[in-house]
Amino acid sequence: MSSSFANFGNELYTGKRSYNFVSAKKLWFIIAAVAVVLSILIPVAKGGFNLGIEFRGGSEFTVSNVQSTDSALGEKVVEDVVAGSVPRVANVAGTTMRIQTDKLTDDETLRIKEGLTSAYGVTNNEVTSTFIGPTWGADVTKQALIGLIVFVALAAVLMALYFRTWKMSLSAMAGMLVTMFITAGVYALSDFEVTPSAIIGFLTVLSYSLYDTVVVFDKIRENTADMDASTRRTFGEEVNLAVNQTLVRSINTMMVAILPVGAILFIGAGLLGAGTLRDLSLALFVGILIGTAATIFIAAPMYAWLRQNEPELVKQAKRVEHRRSANNSRTEESAEPAGA
Amino acid sequence: MARTGPNNSGLRVLVWLGVVLAVLTAVLAGGTLAGQASWAPKLALDLEGGTQMILAPKVEGGSDINEEQLNQAVAIIRQRVDGSGVAEAEISTQSGRNVVVSLPGTPTKETRDLIQASADMNFRPVLLNGDGAPVPTESLTPEDQLPKPTAEPANGSDINWITADIYRQFETMDCNNPAPESPEASDPAKPLVTCEPATDTTPAIKYILGPVEVKGGNIVTSSFQLQQGAQGAVTNDWAVNIQFDDEGTAKFKTVTERLNQFYVAAGGETGNDPKAQFAIVLDDQVISAPRSLAVITDGRPQITGGFTEQTAKVLSDQLRFGALPISFEIQSDQQISATLGGEQLRMGLLAGIIGLLLVVVYSLFQYRALGLVTIASLVVAGALTYLAIALLGWTENYRLSLAGVAGLIVAIGQTADSFIVYFERIRDELREGRGLVSAVENGWKRAKRTVLASKAVNLLAALVLYFVAVGNVRGFAFTLGLTAIADLIVVFMFTHPTLQVLARTKFFGEGHRLSGLDPKRLGVLPLYRGAGRLRTPEAKPSVVRAKNTGAVAEAERRMTIAERRLAEKQEQLTSSSKSAAKENK
Repeated sequence: MSSSFANFGNELYTGKRSYNFVSAKKLWFIIAAVAVVLSILIPVAKGGFNLGIEFRGGSEFTVSNVQSTDSALGEKVVEDVVAGSVPRVANVAGTTMRIQTDKLTDDETLRIKEGLTSAYGVTNNEVTSTFIGPTWGADVTKQALIGLIVFVALAAVLMALYFRTWKMSLSAMAGMLVTMFITAGVYALSDFEVTPSAIIGFLTVLSYSLYDTVVVFDKIRENTADMDASTRRTFGEEVNLAVNQTLVRSINTMMVAILPVGAILFIGAGLLGAGTLRDLSLALFVGILIGTAATIFIAAPMYAWLRQNEPELVKQAKRVEHRRSANNSRTEESAEPAGA
Repeated sequence: MARTGPNNSGLRVLVWLGVVLAVLTAVLAGGTLAGQASWAPKLALDLEGGTQMILAPKVEGGSDINEEQLNQAVAIIRQRVDGSGVAEAEISTQSGRNVVVSLPGTPTKETRDLIQASADMNFRPVLLNGDGAPVPTESLTPEDQLPKPTAEPANGSDINWITADIYRQFETMDCNNPAPESPEASDPAKPLVTCEPATDTTPAIKYILGPVEVKGGNIVTSSFQLQQGAQGAVTNDWAVNIQFDDEGTAKFKTVTERLNQFYVAAGGETGNDPKAQFAIVLDDQVISAPRSLAVITDGRPQITGGFTEQTAKVLSDQLRFGALPISFEIQSDQQISATLGGEQLRMGLLAGIIGLLLVVVYSLFQYRALGLVTIASLVVAGALTYLAIALLGWTENYRLSLAGVAGLIVAIGQTADSFIVYFERIRDELREGRGLVSAVENGWKRAKRTVLASKAVNLLAALVLYFVAVGNVRGFAFTLGLTAIADLIVVFMFTHPTLQVLARTKFFGEGHRLSGLDPKRLGVLPLYRGAGRLRTPEAKPSVVRAKNTGAVAEAERRMTIAERRLAEKQEQLTSSSKSAAKENK
């Protein structure tokens, strides 16, 4: 119930309820490292990603409102025109068939188009054809990589300027990279087709991951603004409290981000079949989940870890420890009544 | 009446937002009434149906294409596509390397070949010219009076090139309504009948041209400048300069020696012998046909006469383009049926609406009445985005693609994010024990910074995606960026002012159970809790999982009205003493 969820938020806010995101950092880092290594090894072991036609080059036909969804019909048409070819024929959504072939000449394309029109009993304008040159995918990949590098560089600078510390920027980037690798790993593992739309989704995930980190880090910055004056919590504890205090927000933003994406994915997948919307939402769905987790389990603990050995903070941690031991002894003497 | 404060300023901002929305709507309505704009956003090819070809320009010699050459390539394709009579074609560059041609419907093989063909620029001598309109059937030259060549032509300007066939073709040619161009380039060794299309200031002219004498490839470069007068003073007339390479210089010298004779023989400036003209032919169309006023020996002719800065630039660009034969390789050729795109759009919108409903339900569940503010904010953001897309469709010819629609759906979540950040901040402030009015103000101060920083990340991503984008990424990046801006406007001009106003209402201000800002529910513990127990001012953090949290809530719920009043009073006291203490520091 929401009242208990609000309560959950209250307890997280006051620190009454707290999860050890920061102090258990070694565990998270090991899990993340294993996941990242697996994400790199899986595609290597499987011989790469399931690349879409855009990356392989070839021709694609889409036949709408077909009378029959028998894929043999499409295969026969293609084999009749191009002997010995192995077309991929699939029923993508409801009454739509998709036929992918190797690269075809203009003439072959026209003949297959006519063949498909009669084989599936549709009108001429219900068959569409796409031709994608072999260099197109290379271009997409190259541009995506450029986009990735430019974005990461600019975002790193932007965050370092905004938070006025490169350590936050570096931690945020680490969280983002973990998100990136694991999302790619999920793609490799599950054999989802990698299309340009999936790549857009992938790049958007990076932005979401950073966005999420910025919000959490803003709270961390606020909580740790006057660290030297505080003897109540160590730096790591302050970071942990900030993560806990923003946990409800993290969950809520993740939910509202993932609900529309999930709607496209789950409601649309059956109806839409492969296409821009599905590929995009798939990458986003996976990435948003991992991105939110990476902020909490990787970025924030890493920031605490990067700073814990700064002389100022080491001194501060000692002061906290000192105060605590003093408090404890005092508590024993006066036997203060326990709080609610 | 003259009460000022957050409430009034909140109302003022809301009024301003209303004005902005009304003005945008009025502009769009005006455009629609004038028949230029439309209420529905323009749809991109994937939703409307058509053909999209992505072409990679290839410069002869294999060198990389630069931006200027790419723009030239676009200009040349635009000229070809427009010439072939395809309406509403869109030609644009993509990621600084490719040319995207979007055509409604399915282009014929001829159009396709035409688009791919490499640009072909040549210089041909003029044999005959005439008015662009076809000669009326009754005044056509009778069959027996058509020219009959008497000998093999001796040079490019020899009248013997004109055969009966060519002359008939010339007479019937209609330069005002040219037939779609044939994709096959003309034979450079044969004469050519062609047109110079009409411009704003000059009518169409038709020509019979001799064989090619100098090739475009012989041009090293071209420029345009203000013409210099006899004394070296700059005049107001624009001129186009050409520079030929060695081969071009030699050939051009021979040509101008011949053409200049016709010019002189015809009486110089006053004469009007077409044979004194040499035509610059691009893709078999005459783009300019100046007369040869002098023999050019240094390979640096200057074309003058009636140029404006604009027309001089165009000609100069065309010449430079001609110097660089660019051919096009089709990278992707996609026929899109409107049926499929439409289906995807419908399903996408359906999924979007369901996603939106889920967000609505979730925010009502999480934030109660405050969820209504989220919904209203989403509605305002939607209205702003819709108006922007419709207006951009009108002014910038922006078209909404399927990827763009995906961007809009994804943006629902990202827009709602900033409200959540804000609401959570307000709740935090309430938990600190503030009253709602000040919680709204303080929460905003903190949330504002976070929202700005995080939206900057979103905008940065959208910009990077937009500028390095390939394929249909652009539409997605564009809507993502657009909605990020709309979101900022809404948070600043709608959500925050609305909360300022609502904080003064009884329902929210007193923290009604369903307001989403109920202090009790947010764990604002009164200082005095009965039974002689005092709450410690700030609960100590403990890394312990509380188990029996339900009991605490239950205990709070049981507080009597008197207890609550007392607690509230004490709260006020402590907060005022706190601020007093601060001032003393």
